[in-house]
Amino acid sequence: MLLLAFDTATPAVTAAVHDGARVLAERTTVDARRHGELLIPSVDAVLDEAGAGRADLTGIVVGTGPGPYTGLRVGLVTAAALGDALGIPVHGLCSLDGLAHAALRAGLAAEEFLVATDARRKEVYWARYTARPDGTGLAPALRTEGPSVDRPGQLPEELAVLPCVGAGAGLYRDGALNGWGTGALGGDDRMPVHQSAAALAELGAEVLAAGGAGFVEARPMYLRRPDAQVPAGYKAVLPS
Amino acid sequence: MADEPLVLGIETSCDETGVGIVRGHTLLADAVASSVDEHARFGGVVPEVASRAHLEAMVPTVRRALDEAGVKASDLDGISVTAGPGLAGALLVGVSAAKAYAYALGKPLYGVNHLASHICVDQLEHGPLPEPTMALLVSGGHSSLLLSPDITSDVRPLGATIDDAAGEAFDKVARVLGLGFPGGPAIDRQAREGDPEAILFPRGLTGPRDPAFDFSFSGLKTAVARWVEARRRDGEPVPVADVAASFQEAVADVLTRKAVKACKEQGAGHLMIGGGVAANSRLRAMAERRCEDAGIVLRVPRPKLCTDNGAMVAALGAEMVARGRTPSALDLPADSSLPVTEVSVPDASLDGHGHGHTHGHTHGHTHDHVHELSRQNLYGQQDGK
Ligand SMILES: Nc1ncnc2c1ncn2[C@@H]1O[C@H](COP(=O)(O)OP(=O)(O)O)[C@@H](O)[C@H]1O
Ligand SMILES: [Mg+2]
Repeated sequence: MLLLAFDTATPAVTAAVHDGARVLAERTTVDARRHGELLIPSVDAVLDEAGAGRADLTGIVVGTGPGPYTGLRVGLVTAAALGDALGIPVHGLCSLDGLAHAALRAGLAAEEFLVATDARRKEVYWARYTARPDGTGLAPALRTEGPSVDRPGQLPEELAVLPCVGAGAGLYRDGALNGWGTGALGGDDRMPVHQSAAALAELGAEVLAAGGAGFVEARPMYLRRPDAQVPAGYKAVLPS
Repeated sequence: MADEPLVLGIETSCDETGVGIVRGHTLLADAVASSVDEHARFGGVVPEVASRAHLEAMVPTVRRALDEAGVKASDLDGISVTAGPGLAGALLVGVSAAKAYAYALGKPLYGVNHLASHICVDQLEHGPLPEPTMALLVSGGHSSLLLSPDITSDVRPLGATIDDAAGEAFDKVARVLGLGFPGGPAIDRQAREGDPEAILFPRGLTGPRDPAFDFSFSGLKTAVARWVEARRRDGEPVPVADVAASFQEAVADVLTRKAVKACKEQGAGHLMIGGGVAANSRLRAMAERRCEDAGIVLRVPRPKLCTDNGAMVAALGAEMVARGRTPSALDLPADSSLPVTEVSVPDASLDGHGHGHTHGHTHGHTHDHVHELSRQNLYGQQDGK
């Protein structure tokens, strides 16, 4: 088994290769404006480092967002086209789940926590997780709420004060009276800020080993309707 | 025949997801998924709506094209894609898909210019392009006169619109007349019942001191709007067919007059007309008459090849392969304002001469030649939408 994982839902352009037991290679570049340019070269680099060829791949795991749309689409269309050309399945995972997994791997001790990323326009994409102790010492994150997009100042206080990881933690705090920002773990540099395809690949391998029921359709989680103003009625150009 | 290059082309610069497959000058498949209906209620193309639709349609449209052509992806000699100009987010979907296919299949990638593709598509209809070819490109986003001595490496802008594109004028006037979006076909239909000489609308930039090959349609659009409003204000009925016919007449008149003049001035014996507005029946008829009078051979592809499609991108890609042009790198960017002079975006590490003119093995230019050309390129960057 050889999984290729990548994600373009955060400022990171990140790709990794996983052989079912461990991550063989990862490449991550933080550059929010160049997902389209960097993704295939990153895929090429990780396959190279893993000593594998395109034809060896058995599946693709891709982050479905939520994330800024233009970048998000790069990952999803790339996954769909690679999957089609190589004749291999494409599995979707919510991108925030990758960050939650990375946080637990990095030693996050909280039982309940949030992952938040930057949704721009003073909003964050967020989801709520429970760390589910399973006796192995490793606690898979269970998403209990979200993903959603909101102004953080408008979240209920019980959510706003939870420990929070990701680049959206504590973001847009201006005027928030609900305690938003108090749980931000930005100071703990073991905690993930952006997506890592290695974490996504590990999660994907676990889901696959468990039968694959945790995957979602590899389609974008936009969460917002497209911006489009219906033009106001035709305006007269003559002074009336 | 079988050794002519087999190329798949992807086009996503605006609201059409187009995938075409050609072998040399032969069209094998032309699959298009359009999101135009989703835009109609907004009265224009909404970029985010277009980008979302491209993502949904991309792989199914590729599959449909491969089925239609009856070829296997592994038999392709290359993948070409519109690298620009166009809507940034929309272009990026096609460019990303093209890269993924090229990478997975191990085929060369050619990022090409949307405008050069609109010209090259005529090879599928009328055979090899004469060199040079004069092209009048008129669509929702562009109105340009281009002279091309070699469609894979050398496109020279002679003029372009300084404000609205011709198709944009059709769309806006249609809105004034309450005819819906896209306006071109609706105006064309109405005009058949109208008198083209009923109202004398202005011909923009046709004065003796005006630039000979530039266009302006914004004044015309305003003149039509004023005329219609004056009628409405006076409580009189608007003769929609006459307005449509007279407006269309003004557009066709200016376009064909300038195109024929450019052919004569540049010694081009052929004129090709491309872009969505080339579907206009009055423009076609007037161009036929004026070209015949001037001894110019007119080439207009069938309407389906004039609007945005993937076959045109495949046609240019196939010509790039045939002439040994340098392919693009896998970090090819989508460039929403790619200059019309950049026919393709060659891999700079393979192409010692950087941007712009590629140097093929069969039709290479000398260095001096290239420099001389760039002096003529007065319009470095225009006509991006
Ligand atoms: N019969 C016609 N007469 C005039 N304009 C037309 C006709 N058919 C289509 N058009 C115009 O062509 C444009 C679309 O052309 P297309 O090449 O798809 O352009 P773009 O992608 O640049 O918008 C629209 O503005 C439409 O109104
Ligand atoms: Mg076009």
